[in-house]
Amino acid sequence: MEVPILKQGHYLIASIQSALTDADLSQLREALIERVGRFRARGVIVDVTALDVMDSFAVRTLRDIAHMARLRGAETVIVGIQPEVAFAMVQLGLTLKGVSTALDLEEGLLFLDHQAQLRIERGSGRIDRG
Amino acid sequence: MATKGKDAQSPPPDPQAQSESTAALLRELVAHLRQNRTQLREEWARRITRAQLLTAMTEEEIFAEATSVYDNYVEALETGTFEALQAYARNLSERIIPRGVETHEVVGIVLLLRDVLARSLFAKYHEDFTKLNRILDAYEPAANRIANTVAVGFVQERERIIRQQQEAIRELSTPVLQVRERLLILPIIGVIDPQRARQLTEQLLRAIRTNRAKVVVIDITGVAAMDSNVANHLVQTVEASRLLGATVIVTGLSPEIAQTLVTIGVDLSEMATVGDLQGGIEEAERLLGYKVLPLEDVAPKV
Repeated sequence: MEVPILKQGHYLIASIQSALTDADLSQLREALIERVGRFRARGVIVDVTALDVMDSFAVRTLRDIAHMARLRGAETVIVGIQPEVAFAMVQLGLTLKGVSTALDLEEGLLFLDHQAQLRIERGSGRIDRG
Repeated sequence: MATKGKDAQSPPPDPQAQSESTAALLRELVAHLRQNRTQLREEWARRITRAQLLTAMTEEEIFAEATSVYDNYVEALETGTFEALQAYARNLSERIIPRGVETHEVVGIVLLLRDVLARSLFAKYHEDFTKLNRILDAYEPAANRIANTVAVGFVQERERIIRQQQEAIRELSTPVLQVRERLLILPIIGVIDPQRARQLTEQLLRAIRTNRAKVVVIDITGVAAMDSNVANHLVQTVEASRLLGATVIVTGLSPEIAQTLVTIGVDLSEMATVGDLQGGIEEAERLLGYKVLPLEDVAPKV
């Protein structure tokens, strides 16, 4: 099943609706990385609220998306990890190191806004450089 | 009873089936114990006091318990069934465990009774050595089983109580409290075992979700000791919370715990730590963008 990717302002939102196969995940990764460039997105949000299982491949793909998007100039945040999923992931040692997470979509958007703000303050933002 | 005992007192003329003679001997024995009930019971209570067992109980209580244990003991010898004794042992344990009676005391008094009775048998039959031997042969296995039954009953009851208390403690042990909007605190007190750590994490994660928490302060002032297992549980809790988008601050690490953790080389670099709960809450407020000021600083100057 293909994951719909929505554009919202400077952000891309991928909302996973059901369990995904490895192929779906790879496809999502490629689509997202490609669109970061096409839409000049500054942030990517992957919403995994609907997932009640997360295997090592899924976690690795999410991490890859975050790192690849960063190389393309966009910050990624994973939102909506369920408590049970979080617990299982930690038990398995899949801790998504170096990837930002937030409670839900709303929090994720706030987080990205905040990051953008920081970038502007630091003078390294791509807009309003002074 | 006494007449029945006298009937049985004449030994079987020639060796019969082993079980039958054992039964007869036990009957004789029981009659003897019933006849001398008062005297033996007093002797037993005296020995208990002298051995300084059951110090948690008064002398009257010891005597009352001794009486019923004695009667149950004799009954078990007579009938050869242990159900009644088992039930009684359980009931007794239930009453005396809260008083602080220890396992060695219970085992001790049963063995004392076994002793007292054996001595009275020596005294009664010391002239007829063969008879004494046969009586002891009948008495000892039964007495051993009784001692066993009572001790096991006591230990089982104690274990049941311990299990019950563990459960009660577990239920009381994980309060997740909201101190401000989006700020939770989780005070941990006592020992953290794997099961409790798991329950703790689950409750915390659920609370983060329902309260939409952004910062959690885990206070471990009440944790006496920590080893690498506990530390790893803590790290896991922190990581799982982060996956839900919450920042965790750990507070209240005692000097001993800090030293232990560094010595055993647990990697706590992922964990934000602050000295005490107050400092942790202040740090959390800072993260959340709160600023707490004394009233006079905000009130308009007159």
